[in-house]
Amino acid sequence: MASLKELKDRIGSVKSTQKITKAKQMVAAAKLRRAQAAAEAARPYSERLTDVMASLASKVSGDSAPKLLAGTGSDKRHMLVVVNTDKGLCGGLNANIVRAASAKARELQAAGKDVSFYLVGKKGRAPIKRNFEGQVDQQFDTSQVRNPGFEEAEAIADELITLFEENKFDVAHLVYPIFKSALVQEPTVQQLIPVPPPAETGAASGAMVEYEPGEEEILEELLPRYVKTQIFGALLEIAASEQGASMTAMDNATRNAGDLINKLTIQYNRSRQAAITTELIEIIAGAEAL
Amino acid sequence: MALHFELVTPAKQVRSEDVHMVVVPGAEGEFGVLEGHAPFMSTIRDGVLQVYKSEGGTPDEITIEGGFAEVGDNGLTVLAEKVDEGA
Repeated sequence: MASLKELKDRIGSVKSTQKITKAKQMVAAAKLRRAQAAAEAARPYSERLTDVMASLASKVSGDSAPKLLAGTGSDKRHMLVVVNTDKGLCGGLNANIVRAASAKARELQAAGKDVSFYLVGKKGRAPIKRNFEGQVDQQFDTSQVRNPGFEEAEAIADELITLFEENKFDVAHLVYPIFKSALVQEPTVQQLIPVPPPAETGAASGAMVEYEPGEEEILEELLPRYVKTQIFGALLEIAASEQGASMTAMDNATRNAGDLINKLTIQYNRSRQAAITTELIEIIAGAEAL
Repeated sequence: MALHFELVTPAKQVRSEDVHMVVVPGAEGEFGVLEGHAPFMSTIRDGVLQVYKSEGGTPDEITIEGGFAEVGDNGLTVLAEKVDEGA
């Protein structure tokens, strides 16, 4: 049985832990709202771009298609772009992303492909490095900026496109969580390069559209931008997912801490009462002996 | 008699309004878009977008970078990577 003082100290330490988790939970809730708003605000741009891409990609096909759309002609070397968070305290989010990435990597390896990684965010580095030694080529550090934005997405996309043009890989996949709700974030794997032709929405007006310069030139300019937008979307999703997961995890932690405090308090009170009773018995016994 | 004009960046929708005319710095020269313009797509060089709210008025000038313009049935949509409204 722990002594009274020990129990008291434990209650104190659990209480201060609870304070931290509670604060983190509230911060996450506030940040989540902002992250969701940012994700919402980014939607019109990517929708428009996807529409335009769809109508252009269906027109430009075959040999004349740019490399980013058509691919290198082989699919031997795969690159997984894994987007993780920079900070912890967000439950199983990063573990889930890493698991999804590893599953994809194993699947590709089983099919006889070469797999390498490009890591965004700090948290996924250690486990992926451990499991796939020597296959982590590049990483991008987002820990220096508070809210990874379009500039970071641009930098990542530029680097990837350069690698692609230098013929370092054939196919790139983007692994990131899709924010469903504060409780559910679903890791997804999506092909990034070569750009999968977006499905025609069917709403394309039958009117003749004039292009300036030509369809191909426009497509060539839009493809890198499309890749950037995809990565930007992933960064926004990870931001929202991180806050959502963090909120849920911290809510749980706060509740657990509360339960633990109750349990410890009961134990503390029982021991205190037992100590008092013992003391009383001793005094009474002593008085009777006189 | 108004042209629906939308200016969108990756971060947010900057403008969505009915205007008289927009002059866009296209890759192959500036072009003005009025209501009823034929469907048209063009890349944009970095430059200044002039938005005329009414005929003969002074234009609002918006500096854009990395853009793309699309004219369709529902007006003019400009996608830009960076927008500076202050200019």
